[in-house]
Order: sequence, then C-alpha cells, then structure tokens
Amino acid sequence: MAIRNLALMLVSGTLLLAQAPVKVGFVYVSPIGDAGYTYQHDLGRKAMETKLKGKVTTQIVENVEEGADAERVIRSLATDGCKMIFTTSFGYMNPTAKVAATFPNVEFFHATGYKSGKNMATYNGRFYEGRYLNGIIAGKMTKTHIAGFVGAFPIPEVMMAIDAFTQGMRSVDPKAEVHVVWVNSWFDPGKEREATMSLISQGADMITQHTDSTVVVQTVEEQHKAKNVWCFSYNSDMSKYAPTSQLSGDITDWSNYYTTTVENVLAGKGVGPNVWDGLKDGMIKIAPFNAAVPKEVRDHVNKVMADMKAGKVHAFQGPVLAQDGTVKVPKGQVMSDKDLGGINYYVQGVVGNVPKG
Amino acid sequence: MGLDLLTYILFATVMAGTPLIIAGLGELVTEKAGVLNLGCEGMMSMGAVAAFAVAFSTHNYFLAILAGMGAGMVMSMLFAVAALTLMANQVACGLALSIFGVGLAAFVGKPLESISITAGKPIAIPLLDRIPVLGPAFFQQQPLVYFSWALLAAVAWFLYRSKLGLVLRAVGESPVSAHAIGYKVVRIRYLAVLFGGAMAGIAGAFMVVFYTPLWVEGMIAGRGWISIALVVFATWRPLRVLVGAYLFGGCMVAQMFVQASGIHLNIPAQFLSALPYLATVLVLVLISHNRSNIRLNSPASLGQPFLPDV
Amino acid sequence: MWLKFEQRPEPSSLMRYLSPLIAVGLMLLSGMLLFYVLGKSPVAGFKIFFLNPIKDGYGISELLLKATPLMLCALGLSVGFRANVWNIGAEGQLLIGALAAGGVALAFPETHSPLLLPGMIAAGAVGGMLWAAIPAWLRTRFNANEILTSLMLVYVAQLMVSWLAHGPWKDPEGFNFPQTKMFQANAMLPVLVTGNRVNAALFLAIGALILGWVFMNRSFMGYQMKVAGQAENAGRYAGFSAKRAIWMGMLVGGGMAGIAGMSEVAGPIGQITEHISPGYGFAAMIVAFVGRLSPIGIFFASLLLALLYVGGEQVQQYLGLPSAISNVFQGMLLFFLLASDVFINFRLRRMARRQ
Repeated sequence: MAIRNLALMLVSGTLLLAQAPVKVGFVYVSPIGDAGYTYQHDLGRKAMETKLKGKVTTQIVENVEEGADAERVIRSLATDGCKMIFTTSFGYMNPTAKVAATFPNVEFFHATGYKSGKNMATYNGRFYEGRYLNGIIAGKMTKTHIAGFVGAFPIPEVMMAIDAFTQGMRSVDPKAEVHVVWVNSWFDPGKEREATMSLISQGADMITQHTDSTVVVQTVEEQHKAKNVWCFSYNSDMSKYAPTSQLSGDITDWSNYYTTTVENVLAGKGVGPNVWDGLKDGMIKIAPFNAAVPKEVRDHVNKVMADMKAGKVHAFQGPVLAQDGTVKVPKGQVMSDKDLGGINYYVQGVVGNVPKG
Repeated sequence: MGLDLLTYILFATVMAGTPLIIAGLGELVTEKAGVLNLGCEGMMSMGAVAAFAVAFSTHNYFLAILAGMGAGMVMSMLFAVAALTLMANQVACGLALSIFGVGLAAFVGKPLESISITAGKPIAIPLLDRIPVLGPAFFQQQPLVYFSWALLAAVAWFLYRSKLGLVLRAVGESPVSAHAIGYKVVRIRYLAVLFGGAMAGIAGAFMVVFYTPLWVEGMIAGRGWISIALVVFATWRPLRVLVGAYLFGGCMVAQMFVQASGIHLNIPAQFLSALPYLATVLVLVLISHNRSNIRLNSPASLGQPFLPDV
Repeated sequence: MWLKFEQRPEPSSLMRYLSPLIAVGLMLLSGMLLFYVLGKSPVAGFKIFFLNPIKDGYGISELLLKATPLMLCALGLSVGFRANVWNIGAEGQLLIGALAAGGVALAFPETHSPLLLPGMIAAGAVGGMLWAAIPAWLRTRFNANEILTSLMLVYVAQLMVSWLAHGPWKDPEGFNFPQTKMFQANAMLPVLVTGNRVNAALFLAIGALILGWVFMNRSFMGYQMKVAGQAENAGRYAGFSAKRAIWMGMLVGGGMAGIAGMSEVAGPIGQITEHISPGYGFAAMIVAFVGRLSPIGIFFASLLLALLYVGGEQVQQYLGLPSAISNVFQGMLLFFLLASDVFINFRLRRMARRQ
C-alpha cells in the first residue's frame, strides 16, 4: 500500500516536473537588431521556443561584453534556474568553462570556441560552405575579376571564410583576385564603410563582409549604379538594405540545432557532442538569388550545393595551395576539420599579407 | 587607376574629417572663451541619437540636423549650469557630461538600434566638380561638408573680425579684466558653450544620418575626444582645425586603402591608428614649450572658473 | 526678487559631509523617476538595481571585486587631484600596468618562485608609473597640459594592448584569437573565499587606502601637497615645488592604476585580452570626486560605483533595460554632486533688487 502511494507520488511528481517549463538561457554579445550574427541566433531561439511551446521558456541577456563581467551574467542565469545556457560568442569561452565547473547540473553550450567538458559542448556553423557557393556566383558574374572582403579579425573562422570564397570564385574564374581589408572589430559601421569604399576604389565589383553591420551592403547599394558593384551578405539576408545589389548571401539558421539540442537535454541525453553543422544539416543556407543572376549560374550553384550536401564536393578539396605556393591539401584529398579549425593563411588568389598585429 | 584612387582617398578623407571639423570648431569657440568642455563625446552622442530619431520618423533630414543641434545644446546646458553658474570644476563637469551623454544616448537609442534609413544624398556643385581628381573628391559631397567650410569661414570671421569675437577672446584671456570693463563674462561663456554644444550635435547628426545610416550604442567611437585633441593640435586657430581634421581623417582611412591595395606593409595596423594621437602630443609639446607662443595661442584662463563679484 | 550666490565666510563643513549624501539621494530619486518614465515599477527597479546585487555572498564578493580596481585608481588619482594635477589618463596607465604584469607572468610560465606575484605587482606599478611619467615630464619640461597628453596616451595604450594581443603575445595554441595564454596558477592572485572571485587585490586596495590616509593626514609631504594644490605660492613657501607636486601626483596615480590593471589580468581575467577594463580609469575619477578625495570616502564611493555597474547588469537581465543605464546613473551622480558641492563654499541669498 505504502509502495503504491510512493509510486503514485513519484509518477505524479515527475509528471509535474516534466510539465513545468524548463528555463533556457541565452547570452548575446551584441544587440539583437534586425540583421546580423545575434539576430540569427535569436531567430533560432524563437523557432525553438515555438516548436517546443509549453516545454521551455527562454531568458536572454543581450549586449554582454566579453571579459570578466560575462562570468557574472552567465552565473546569474544558472542561479536563476536555467537548465541550459547558450553563450554565443568566442570571448565567453573561459567564463563559460568556469561557470560550467561550478554548476554540474546545468548544460552549457558555447558557440565558435574550442573548449568543452562534461557539461559543456561547443557548436559552430560551416560558414565556409556558403562562402564557397557565393564565390562561384562572384566568379561567374564579375567583370573586373576582383572581389573585396571586409574582415573583422584574422581568426580561423574569418580566414576560412575568405579562403573558401576565393576557392569558389577561382573554381570558375582562375584569374580572380580577392582583396581584404581588416577593420579589427565585429561591428564598426564607420570603418566598415571606409573599408568598402577602399575596396571599390581598387576595382572590386564583388564585395562581401565578415562583420556585423548592414553598412557594407548599404554602401554597395549606394554605389551600385555608378560603379556596377554587387554584394553578398553574411549571417542574415540583407536584401532589404540592398534590394538591387545583393546577389546572394551566406545565411546561418540555428533553429534546427537549438530545437534538437534542447530536445535532447529534455530527453535526458545530456550535453551531447560538439557540433559543427553545415549545408546538409540545414544550418547554412544561401540567400535567394538576385533577379540579375542568370539561370546558368543558378543551375551551376544549385548543382554544386547538392554535391556539397552529398559530400561529393568540399570547399577545401585538393589541390589547395597557400599564397606562398605550399600545398596544403594535395589533389584527391579534402582538408580535415582539425586543419580547418586552425587556418591562419591565405590561399592563392588572395592579395596582401595577413596582418601581424 | 592612380588618379582615380587619389580621388577616392580624398573623398573618404573629407567625409571622415567633416564631423571633426564641425565639433572641433564648436569646441574651439568654447575654449577661446576660457571654458574647457571635455563633454564633447556625450554631446555628439545625444546629437546623433536625436537626429536619427527625427530622420527616421519624419524623413526630413534638415529637421534631423536641427534636432541634433538642439540635443547638443541641451546637453551643453547641463555642463554650463554646473561649470559656469555653480562654478564646479570644469574637468569634472566635462567628464560627467561625456559619461552621462554617451550612456543616455545608448539608453534612449535602444529602440532605434534595429532601424535603418537611407543615407542623405550628396549634392554636386556644378562646374567645380569637373575639376580632375579634386572635383569629385571635394565637390560631390554631402551638404554638411560644404557647411563645415562655411562654418570655418564664419568662425574665423567672428573671432578675428567682429566686435563680439574680440570680446569673447578677451573673456578667455582675462575674465577679470573683461568683467571690469563691463562685459558679462558668464553670459558670454554660456553662449560659447551653447555654440559648442550645437556644433557637436550637428557633428553627431552627420555621423548617423549621412555617414553611416544607422544608430548603435557607441557610434561616436571616440570622435568627440579626437575633436578636443584637434583644437589643441590646431593651436586654437580655425583654419588649422580643418587641416588637422583632414589629417586625422586621412590617417583613419589611409590604412584601409593601403590594405585594400594589397601592398605588403610590415607596420602593424595599430601603429598607424596611433599616429594621430602621438602627433597631437607632439604638437602640444611644441607649442607649449615656448611660453610666449602658448600665450599667443591658448586662452590664458582655459579651465579656470570665474567667480563674479568676488 | 532675485537669488544670488554669496560666498560663505568659511566653507561649511556640514555641507562637505552632507553633499555626497544629498547627491546620492537625488540620484536615487531620479533613478526611480527614470524607471517610472520607462514603464517599469520604480520600486521593482530600485530593488533590482540596488538590492539584488548584494542579496547573497557571491553578490557581495562580486561587488568587492568590481570595487577593487576603482579603489586603487581613485586613491592614486586623489593624491594628484588634491595637488591640482589632473591625470585623465588613468585608463591608459591601468592598461600599461596590466601589460607589464602580464609580461612578467608570460615570461615565467613555469616558475614556482614566491617572488612571482610580488614581482607582477611591482611590474604593474612600474608600468603605470612609466606611462604617467610621460605626461609628467611633458608638463614639467615643456609646460604641456597634462589633461590632454594623458588623455591621448589612453588611446595609444589601448592600441598597444590590441597590437600585443593580436601579434607578438598571441597564444600560439589559441586558434589565432587575439589573446595570450592563460597565466599559470602561481601568477594569479589568490582568491579569498573559494567559489567567489574576490581576491587578494582587495587587501592591496585597503592597505593602500590606509597608507593614503596616513600620507595625506600625517605626513609633511601630504600637507605640502594639499597646500600646494590650494595656492601655489603658499605651497612654495611651505617648501614644496610645483614640479615635485606634478611628478608625485602623476606617478602615484599611474602606479596605483598600474596595480589595478595587474589585479584585473591576474584576477578575474587570467590573461591579456582586448577587454581588460570597461572604463575603470574614467569611473575612478567619479569615485575620487564623490569620495571627496579622502581614503574613507573613496572606499564607500567605490562600493557605490561598483553597485551601479552590477546593478545595471541586473536591470539589463531582468527588466530588459540597456546596460548603459549604469553610465546614466554615474553621470547623474557626478552632476548632482558637483551641484550640491557649490553649497560648501556658497549659499543662496535672496536679494530685494537685482545687483
């Protein structure tokens, strides 16, 4: 009798627990805005929340500066009862690891980093796949054979993007050159604008960015008629800021990842493996083609995309040569994830040298 | 390509230098009256946010500039009351204004952060813009660029050719003597501070409405402080403010162009970025060293409170 | 009817103590009004901003942690401000001190020597002093205004940190991210209570406050500097040269800021990155003023400003307000203080006729 009551209590107790919505925390490095890196994360969060309606509630803190203060914010989400916390910027890596060590019952997920642990996993997107495809479009449509890239910091993620874009462009236009300007910030509209203008002044007619504001595409849109320049957006589809000049873009869609990950934790599967998803998992997409993109180009890109999803084509398939001529990936092979994660060189076709400071 | 590139660089330099000229000239007038207002960054930020809000809701860019000007003046009023009427330490007041202004702008501007507007259109000056190289660089610019040149002429005329300008300079040199003659020192200083605020507000408006058509916390990115440095760099002379602003602006854009060209430079980018600040220190040293030189140029009573009837 | 400021026959010592309290009170009132205007309950806003941060032990330790660099910097600045030496470059001196201390840590990644931490503290102080010596020298030798030179050097210091983090000091195993290796355990300041982050730097700060009090109030040089600040001629008469005051003021300010920088990188950060200081050097000036340039006042003022920082974060998390609200409060506090300070030396009198 007592055992039956106990069992009833346990069952109803777990049912109650299962029914109380689980708190999921998100830490953003910049304001959400309406385009850009954080905006895409927030779209993913919203999609997850809709799909798992009733089972989770989310708590977000935006514009949290990387540095010593981030630890306090992350910790406060944990003490607030969040069972999962997603920290979306590289600079949160050490603070996340520290808090994870203090809260073994909370699962932590860190984006774009490299430290993980028992209750901490990393996640990242294969942005370079979308870059390769954008590069093909650029190579097919450029008139000057020069592309311009506005970069933030010379870290592997950005180098991968530049190199993949270059590989894609040169796969259809062996004469193509990519010029790079570093603005040393993820978000600095003034500098991004000046960088764009300086690239245009060098003759680049295909411009893209690995920074976070909409100014690059807006500047290209402004100069589009006079200079016949086109752009590719990053993270978000920015065509509403550049309706005539955006040819395509490299879009990140975190919704599948967030939904699946949260479901897994709810099902008791724990923090799971480190995730690095791309085209085939639906995390990376390209923005809709501009009307100006001819059918022949669209078909080519779609074919390559299908091949990439099937694993037949890789953005860094051999031969891949560094700027100085060394063979990084011989013909017939494909760059390993490990090597990808440490790219700190330009491939052939990129003009200029990687900044030392 | 060579000359074309030069045009680009000059164009970018002019754009980058314009907010510095406007804010710098405003600060120059303030300092000529003997008041050191370190709150430029805060005034520019509020001017920017106000201008952006008005530009977004009314699509009237002229109104937006007026709004920026107004916001700058309101902020400078805070400083003026604290430093001129309550006679508090000017350095502290300026600092408070810059911290408060930047914070308030971030605060008020929060709902505006996701919005984008179309940037103001440049206006070409006919004939002049046909001049090779220089034409497109200087005469196909935003209206506020032309305003900055007009402002320079107006400020120079005001300070050195008008009676009120003479009085203002006298107030800056020796407020006690000016007071003895019968000039209303505090009132003139108020006007000077308000003018400085108005200009800072317009400079802020330029940043968000014409330069990069969006608002985000921290947009001004230190340009207010650079404008203050600029006044010193220019040894408190209006024309030199323009030259200095283009030099500073040029430094800021030059490294972009160098990178874009693919030229191999072994100098770290940070060193190039540091040049304007080091240059300012150097100029400050050079002009201060010669005591008569500095007496000639910097307002003698700069930063010191004036106590009437004491 | 006209109100006029009339100088008091002698400064009111009552107002001197009352003024910061009035300023804080006005700030709280304005804050609650601000919350109301933004559509949030003023009471909830007040609770979340001012009470949440200190509701548990971790919160208090975070407050102390945040207050430590403010205390160190403000103390250094106050020595200078008393002597009319305006060091606006504390932020830059903090960064250079952090670099110097970090450099020592990175140079000796394996050592177990007990001299490592003291060496880092000394390096931090020396680094900050060297950076402050530049404006001091330029002022004494060339008469260049130290406000502007020290300010320009802040930018140069920030760029130096950026260069080192991106370049020569970058962690080779750090995937090319702009940061150095993490410092080894012996190079980190010991934490005072496990599980919290407040560390031994707090003792340094309190020790410095005590030393500062002794110096200002019990030493002859402190007296000289106080007098020199108020009237240069009188100071010279007391045997103190203006030049010495400038050097003292700048060096002490720089040294303390340098130690503050060390305490950040050998404390909560644990490495050199581009995010060493969220503007401590500037906030410290507010702390110095609100603290009336006295060590005891600075102690309380740094706690208050630390609370403003942490409270801003809380309000951001729970009320969705931008964290810039901290700066709004800081600015308001300083303005109110400057306003109420007037009444130390002046009082309002009603005049029958305009004079």
